[in-house]
Amino acid sequence: MGLLLHMSQTLDSISLNELVEIAAIANNAIAPKLTEMGLTKGQKIKAIFKAPFGDPIAYEINGNIISMRKVEAMQVEVQMA
Amino acid sequence: MKIALFGNPNTGKSTIFNMLTGLRQQVGNFPGVTVDKKKGRIETAQGQHQLTDFPGTYSIFARSLDEQVVKEVLTNPQHPDYPEAIIYVADAANLERNLLFFSQLYDLGFPILLVLNMWDRAGQKGLKIQLEELQKNFPAATVVTANARIALGKERILKAIDQLSVGQRTAFHDTVFHALQTDAEQTQNSDERLQKIRGLKLVSDAKNAVVNPSTHLDRILTHRIFGYLIFSAILLIIFQFIFSFASIPMDFIDGQFVRLSSWSAAHLPDGVLSKLLTQGLIPGIAGVLVFVPQIAILFFFIALLEESGYLSRVVFIMDRLMRPFGLNGKSVVPLLSSVACAIPGIMSARTISDWKERLITILVAPFMSCSARIPVYTLLISLVIPKIYIGGFLSLQGLVLFGLYALGILFALGTALLLKLLVKSRTPGFHLMELPDYKTPRLSNVGFTVFEKVKVFIFDAGKIIVAISIILWALASYGPSSRDQALRELHQAQSYQQANEGEQQERDNALLLSQSYIGHFGKWMEPAIAPLGYDWKIGIALLSSFAAREVFVGSLATIYAVGDDTDTQKRLIQKLKEEKTDNGQATYSLATGASLLVFYVFAMQCMATLAVVKRETNTWKWPLLQLIFMGVVAYLSAFLVYQLLV
Repeated sequence: MGLLLHMSQTLDSISLNELVEIAAIANNAIAPKLTEMGLTKGQKIKAIFKAPFGDPIAYEINGNIISMRKVEAMQVEVQMA
Repeated sequence: MKIALFGNPNTGKSTIFNMLTGLRQQVGNFPGVTVDKKKGRIETAQGQHQLTDFPGTYSIFARSLDEQVVKEVLTNPQHPDYPEAIIYVADAANLERNLLFFSQLYDLGFPILLVLNMWDRAGQKGLKIQLEELQKNFPAATVVTANARIALGKERILKAIDQLSVGQRTAFHDTVFHALQTDAEQTQNSDERLQKIRGLKLVSDAKNAVVNPSTHLDRILTHRIFGYLIFSAILLIIFQFIFSFASIPMDFIDGQFVRLSSWSAAHLPDGVLSKLLTQGLIPGIAGVLVFVPQIAILFFFIALLEESGYLSRVVFIMDRLMRPFGLNGKSVVPLLSSVACAIPGIMSARTISDWKERLITILVAPFMSCSARIPVYTLLISLVIPKIYIGGFLSLQGLVLFGLYALGILFALGTALLLKLLVKSRTPGFHLMELPDYKTPRLSNVGFTVFEKVKVFIFDAGKIIVAISIILWALASYGPSSRDQALRELHQAQSYQQANEGEQQERDNALLLSQSYIGHFGKWMEPAIAPLGYDWKIGIALLSSFAAREVFVGSLATIYAVGDDTDTQKRLIQKLKEEKTDNGQATYSLATGASLLVFYVFAMQCMATLAVVKRETNTWKWPLLQLIFMGVVAYLSAFLVYQLLV
């Protein structure tokens, strides 16, 4: 059980069309901006398409499409919805 | 009353602004920064009000330049733009996130009008909004619905403005949040506000919501092959317009001003003032207006692409390619536009919200070979590059031309890389952005953008361009008194007296220019440019082409007295080919020609661009640094090329 809890993923590594839930956002300069765009704990989010070279990635959250660089998505911890 | 317009990006805020103010708009900058500030007048039953449009932001917490402007104005009652009331535009189809910034403004105590825009789209998405519940939680705010795209809601908004008041209010969350400094505090505050807003259950999803139609289109438009193909095709169309079709109105403007000039010259009494008017001022103004077609066309397309939602997809597919150079996906449009002309290119860099990335884009854009370099390139290439075909079909001349463009792009990216390391920045550049739904562009919004950009160029950059061109004209048209002596000597020469009137005129002009102040300066600096393979005549052409690069060709024509008619180009090339240096070698050797070509790739030979950089960076520091840097690069590489080839 303890092992499972630590098996969290970050948003950059989820596969396309996989619905996940935001678990936490790393505390750094981009955190306030991510929050303002609606990325808060408990929100459902999924990757819907990627730019060529796999970066940036477009996510759907609350009916909006938001584009994030991989390094930005890495700040968002997610878990299975 | 001073009213401010706030809202998230992509909420139709500028459509609301245009709808309320019409053409009565003033465009400028916020004090001290180059962030667009649009002001307009609105009239309600109770009188006139001033409406100021602020950049779209997601909260009061500031990272980018746009956000800092918003924060400064809102938290400083002494600020000249501090509003007495606020109109807040929210996307009804995306209410909860839009209410975050709204709740912050509400808690700051401003009388506030909440406009739920794009009301129809909320319905299409199957969303129902509990208006009563919304009103109950923000009792001091006035709520109206609108659909600005079809001009719906204007009367409702105007009426509601008259009813705005501070009202009885208790804070929705807290009132000192804008003092929060650390990332963690700001994140927590926004998080709490969002949780509270979601807890109100203002939006109910009526299960029959349609799937987001943008996604299907996005799979194609951001596809790794089709995405780039489609973008290239669109660019090709835009370039076609800027390169070919813009020349029609440009030639027209040019022609009209030449007529105006000669008409005034014929009808005004001879004198210094009339010369100043006909040869200095009128051509100076023409030199400003001639850029208008290109600016108008480029911004027409940019506004069209932006309105449709496609531009953010371009940023999305180009971001990864531009990032290694310290640039952003948003730098693509300014840089590519600069291939036509750096002026609209640099003006379009305003969409880049990160200051460092915007500055780098502006500074490297003039390295891209613009259309004004083409006459210089073609003249010099046909002069020194032999007309041979590699392998029977690949033209060497064409290859060189291609190489010059590639060289410019290479240096633009290289310089960007250098600047990335040198320019300090307080915040790392973010990409994080919304990809708005695709919409049919509204032509009136496009029209407003074009009108506004043209106006800003004419009135802000235009006066600098006119001033510098008058100075250049004076330096080229007047000379020390020794000039008159030289002219008398020329007129006494036998060969001159035997020549026909046209030839006499050409030789007069050649002498007048070479003996003018610019001419003397060109001779004085000959030792400095000799290592690049240039003589004083080329020096004069270099100096006078600071007005605009293509002037180089005209100046050479004047100096070599080949006149000003249609076959000038041919005669000029013939004449230049015959030119010999003192020791009998061709003046325009391969070494000199190649050195000149490289010089024109790099040198900032365009005062209009400098004027625009000044306007876009709000200081002379950057344009001057750019002038010096590009000059040094041009000088050193021309030196290198000449010494290697000679």
